[in-house]
Amino acid sequence: MKKVEKSNEKESLLIDKEGINVITGKEAVVKSLIAEGVDLIFGYPGGAIMPVYDALYDYQDQIKHILTRHEQGATHAAQGYARVSGKVGVCIATSGPGATNLITGIADAQIDSTPMVCITGQVASHLLGTDAFQETDVVGISMPVTKWNVQVTRAEDIPGAIAKAFYIAKSGRPGPVLVDITKDAQFGEVDFQYKKCTNVRSYVPQPKVKLEAIQAAADLINNAKKPYILFGHGVLLGDAKEEFKTFVEKTGIPSAWTIMGLSALPTDHYLNVGMLGMHGNYGPNLLTNECDVLIAIGMRFDDRVTGDVSRYASQAKVIHLELDHAEIDKIIKADVAVVGNCKTSLQLITEAVKEGTHEEWLQKFRDCDEEENQKVINEELHPSDDKMISMGEVINLVSEASNGQATIVTDVGQHQMVAQRYYNYKRWRSNVTSGGLGTMGFALPAAIGAKFAQSENQVIAVIGDGGFQMTIQELGTIFQTKIDIKILILNNEFLGMVRQWQDLFFDKRYSSTEMVNPDFQTIARGYAIESNKVTERENLAAAVKEFVNHKGSYLLEVLVGKENNVFPMIPTGASVSEIRLD
Amino acid sequence: MEKKEFTISVFTEDQIGLLNRVSIIFTRRHINIESITASESEVKGVHRYTIVVNDAEDLVIKVVAQLDKQVEIVKSFYHETSEIVYQEIALYKLATSLIAAGGEAEKIVRKHNARFLSFDTEFTVIEKTGHKEETQRLFDELEPYGILEFVRSGRVAITKPMKEFAAYLAEIEIASAN
Ligand SMILES: Cc1ncc(C[n+]2csc(CCOP(=O)(O)OP(=O)(O)O)c2C)c(N)n1
Repeated sequence: MKKVEKSNEKESLLIDKEGINVITGKEAVVKSLIAEGVDLIFGYPGGAIMPVYDALYDYQDQIKHILTRHEQGATHAAQGYARVSGKVGVCIATSGPGATNLITGIADAQIDSTPMVCITGQVASHLLGTDAFQETDVVGISMPVTKWNVQVTRAEDIPGAIAKAFYIAKSGRPGPVLVDITKDAQFGEVDFQYKKCTNVRSYVPQPKVKLEAIQAAADLINNAKKPYILFGHGVLLGDAKEEFKTFVEKTGIPSAWTIMGLSALPTDHYLNVGMLGMHGNYGPNLLTNECDVLIAIGMRFDDRVTGDVSRYASQAKVIHLELDHAEIDKIIKADVAVVGNCKTSLQLITEAVKEGTHEEWLQKFRDCDEEENQKVINEELHPSDDKMISMGEVINLVSEASNGQATIVTDVGQHQMVAQRYYNYKRWRSNVTSGGLGTMGFALPAAIGAKFAQSENQVIAVIGDGGFQMTIQELGTIFQTKIDIKILILNNEFLGMVRQWQDLFFDKRYSSTEMVNPDFQTIARGYAIESNKVTERENLAAAVKEFVNHKGSYLLEVLVGKENNVFPMIPTGASVSEIRLD
Repeated sequence: MEKKEFTISVFTEDQIGLLNRVSIIFTRRHINIESITASESEVKGVHRYTIVVNDAEDLVIKVVAQLDKQVEIVKSFYHETSEIVYQEIALYKLATSLIAAGGEAEKIVRKHNARFLSFDTEFTVIEKTGHKEETQRLFDELEPYGILEFVRSGRVAITKPMKEFAAYLAEIEIASAN
């Protein structure tokens, strides 16, 4: 028997003797989130999700809702939160335009394997398919960019759908999921008994590591003369901090990172040889085509990393440690595939390998570094006096002032490459960037999410003048929530990265890349955010110090060389060994 | 790599929208689906899609891996045509006058061992089961006489290797580390 109390009281539920617990669907959404340990969500209200917002009003002491200024901002904030905490980020939006505004962030989370649960309101179930006001088929639209999604039309299905959503988002290779809930389901009634989801029959999130593969990998490593480790996001996602470090140190193998793997090993670790890919370091790219055993850990051979695949490491035996079996042989054929969580497989391989050092081989990386220093880095970090400020020297100063301890959230473009190349990342999971999708506008909202996840850490958003204006409205979120975000605008008055390509590959035909910008300080003032603008080198160091040490949010705009290019560079279609230093 | 005919069997949970997820994987890689059939399998609650494609094997392997990783796809396999037993069905609508006259059209139908499915004063429906070449041959021979309507089903296929899907189900449960 069930008793339902219809009243406006805080908890419209009654638990009777038989343990039946009837509540509304909207409340079930909130209670399900609480049951999953969620205490913070990012979102934006509207008609079809209003019942849930109404329920949230009653639970403000348990769930904090951050009102972003755009639904895209909510997704990136949820991503920033997830990336630094390892927890699931949650965002919530209304149907129609609210839901479609989530898509960019969902696609970003999908390609960068970020655990995220998105909850959208939907028109009432009897209106589905009728082109009702603010109806869009968000389940259909988001299908290619979600790990899983579902539409719920009955209140009793809400707890189960949310439980499954959290399980799928977080387990295995993480990703975004979307739960679309019709308005009538939010108003319906459910006997609320929350059971966490721990298994889906058709889904194997953690394949068991095969011992034969471990042995085969160890044999290759033990006999290698020039082994080389490439590490990616999988190390961070697999929570394999110690396992990875122990493996690297025991084997003494030079290790290079993809931009998603950055901060899995401190930048200044003696075996960290630097950055892979299009704007990565010289040695790590060049020597990919010289190693004899390539050990890829939790990375997926993105084309920005490999350049021309037909001329990529073809001399090497390839060991691929990867959780997602669909990544094996997708781009680069593996001689030994170790499928499973790298936290486990690294531990097993470490036991099976001999201790080693590779001094001579490491020396080759150092020689390459020397060449890169002379041709690129010295000038980037210490430009001659007649040159305008470079992005590299700003990042270098920020790195020193923050002692490599900040979480660096980057947007997309030249400044992104420069920040990752020159910041001295010392803390685990301290790099947050949009890697696979390259979403301009990511940094500001992602920094907000990162800060909410770890208030104890300094969060610095590094953004171009272009990307800043894609989600600039999130300054409003910072203003309202009073959080402490440091915003560094590297202003070259261009869509720099695109301009660089126009310079190098389109005869300097600067088609629609020049930007006439507003006065960013005036804008910051509108949001009561303190700011400074540096145009001369002599003021830079002091300004950076003040920026880093300021209590509360701060915007520092630095005018940098308008037509500076980021080097080294592997042109599209070239091989990693054709990397250009100028 | 050379293109060949492959039959992909996809075993899925019974879930709305899954067909969309499946087809997206083919669309993204520009693979044309030659035919697709969906039905329940021998395991209760598990659906089976039979998808025929004509493409390079290394691409098919990647697509199958991509299918396999979808949360609600239990397992996917691909087979060469020699590894399966398969069938299709085609229906042909002809004017009854053609058949009643006892002329060439009727002889053709009989020669092909096709079945008369339904008669009407105006039209007759003929059914032929067989591989595509066979149903096509009948079509080509009847065409000069006038075919009012024609439809061919997707392929249904049973694999020759003896391992049952239920055994894979059990394997999946073991393969899971937890
Ligand atoms: C949403 C979006 N639109 C377009 C692009 C293409 N794009 C890549 S980098 C870039 C220029 C970025 O300019 P800015 O933000 O000023 O940074 P900079 O490269 O100058 O450091 C553009 C337009 C993108 N990555 N994302």
